[in-house]
Amino acid sequence: MSGNAGTIVPLILYFILIMGIAFWGNRAAAKKSDTKGFMEEYFIGSRSMGGFVLAMAIITTYTSASSFVGGPGVAYNVGLGWILLSMIQVPTAFLTLGVLGKRFALIARRTSAVTITDYIRARYSSDFVVVLASLSLLVFFMASMLAQFIGGARLFEAVTGYSYQTGLIIFGLTVVIYTTVGGFRAVVLTDTIQGIMMLVASVAILSAVVSVGGGVGRIMGTLYAADPQLLTPTGAGGAIPKPFILSFWVLVGIGILGLPQTTQKCLGYRDSRSMHNAMIIGTFVVGFTMLAMHLVGAMGRAVIPGIEVGDLAVPTLTVRLLSPFWAGVFIAGPLAAIMSTVDSMLIMCSAAIVKDLYFYYVAKNDDKKLPPKKVHGMSVVVTAVVGVLVFFAAMKPPSLLVWINLFAFGGLEAVFFCPTLFGLYWRRANSTGAILSMLTGAGAFFWLNITKTRVAGTTAIVPTIAVSIIAFALGSFFGKPESAERLKIFEMEH
Amino acid sequence: MASRKFVQATKRETLIIIALYVLFFAWWYVTAYGFGDDPSQYRFVFGFPEWFFYSCIVGYIGISILLWLCVKFFFIELPLDDEEEVKNNER
Repeated sequence: MSGNAGTIVPLILYFILIMGIAFWGNRAAAKKSDTKGFMEEYFIGSRSMGGFVLAMAIITTYTSASSFVGGPGVAYNVGLGWILLSMIQVPTAFLTLGVLGKRFALIARRTSAVTITDYIRARYSSDFVVVLASLSLLVFFMASMLAQFIGGARLFEAVTGYSYQTGLIIFGLTVVIYTTVGGFRAVVLTDTIQGIMMLVASVAILSAVVSVGGGVGRIMGTLYAADPQLLTPTGAGGAIPKPFILSFWVLVGIGILGLPQTTQKCLGYRDSRSMHNAMIIGTFVVGFTMLAMHLVGAMGRAVIPGIEVGDLAVPTLTVRLLSPFWAGVFIAGPLAAIMSTVDSMLIMCSAAIVKDLYFYYVAKNDDKKLPPKKVHGMSVVVTAVVGVLVFFAAMKPPSLLVWINLFAFGGLEAVFFCPTLFGLYWRRANSTGAILSMLTGAGAFFWLNITKTRVAGTTAIVPTIAVSIIAFALGSFFGKPESAERLKIFEMEH
Repeated sequence: MASRKFVQATKRETLIIIALYVLFFAWWYVTAYGFGDDPSQYRFVFGFPEWFFYSCIVGYIGISILLWLCVKFFFIELPLDDEEEVKNNER
């Protein structure tokens, strides 16, 4: 299939730009001469993120293919109600940072924690919990990255006209290379550029839709004429019943306190002022992007009606409303959202393997057994291998893994929600509770999804979180409390 | 070791965040479902249906401003490093 050169040129320039930034950011890691110092730099950027960068890192990691393609696609089909649903995500940034931020930062510095697993290791006296956390992180992240790659390549194919494989090679290899080379610092630097790109893209396409549609009022009139239900909070055909939308307050609301790719950012910022600024900037930007992109989907139906597959709504609008050059600029936005999600997961997979598993259990936490040179080489190789594995899986997408991805988001929450949150705020929280909640949470989540059991019309995540909280509480009451010494790190001894 | 002040401050800040979260939810819910469910009776603000304007647009801008005010007036800038804190005390 031949493609449109006018569209692909701005894209390639953009990819070269972020690669350049990544290589520039890479210089810091090379200077570290001790193992732990190197790991702190490669995996967490030596805790140097300022407010703006922290905000962008959280937002771009959290927003993914679904915020730019899937979500607006559903809004195209069911109308304004789906925008109401997307706005549940507005508090994401301030909730995560506000509830976890300061305590995490303090504990991370005291225990030199670089990963969420490090925090879990410091809080609960159980290798079982640590290994379980690392393994579920690896499995869910790889499934998630795979789906991101597939989504990105399909989007590229739809907008540029080049083949799926070409798209995957160009943007898949870009993200694997810059993450491998640059480590965490490159990840957050590129996240910042990608966040700005996402904002520019959503403004560009939204203004195109509004102006072609003849203003908001006329667009709403057209939608009303097509189907009055498109303007209601319950959506066309009553697609969004109340129990369903309310359960999203758990899945994309409080549940995000359990997403390691987001909570991990709380370990890496510079000072409390950065955190305060990030809460404000993050909330503003997330709300703006969600509102703009979902409006594009919903209002797009008035401009170009009759797109059958929801996922094609945004690509079709892009190609039809923007000039080839601007379509290329626009498509960089969602591709940025995808790449910034993948890069964070990639670096955390690498940290889980190299630091949480290999360094502790094979090298026995001994710097001499794992000198900085070796850990550098290993991190680079592991990051590259994980990335390339996912890349090849995406070349010929296996249907089973795509299916697993649907659960990755909820699965991570099922496993991490209780141990993360209660570990910070509840003195009684112990390893028995952590083990019970992780196992029952994951178990309940899979069982509910596989059997398609619905409890009171909610999505599976609601009963899952409820079950894991009960399991955590029971385990913590009946199990042995953690030692006073352990709790002292958390200022919980009095 | 971090002072008692740190623990108290994080507790209070967490409560403020939860209060904001609950407030956002309440506003979101009441304005989304409080304007009736018959599209033929809808009134429009800036072209948007009333419920949508208040819930999705005013709610979003409102919570951003409220958050900014809360952070400005109630959040304390505390040192996150124990060493940093020691240094500050010595000064």
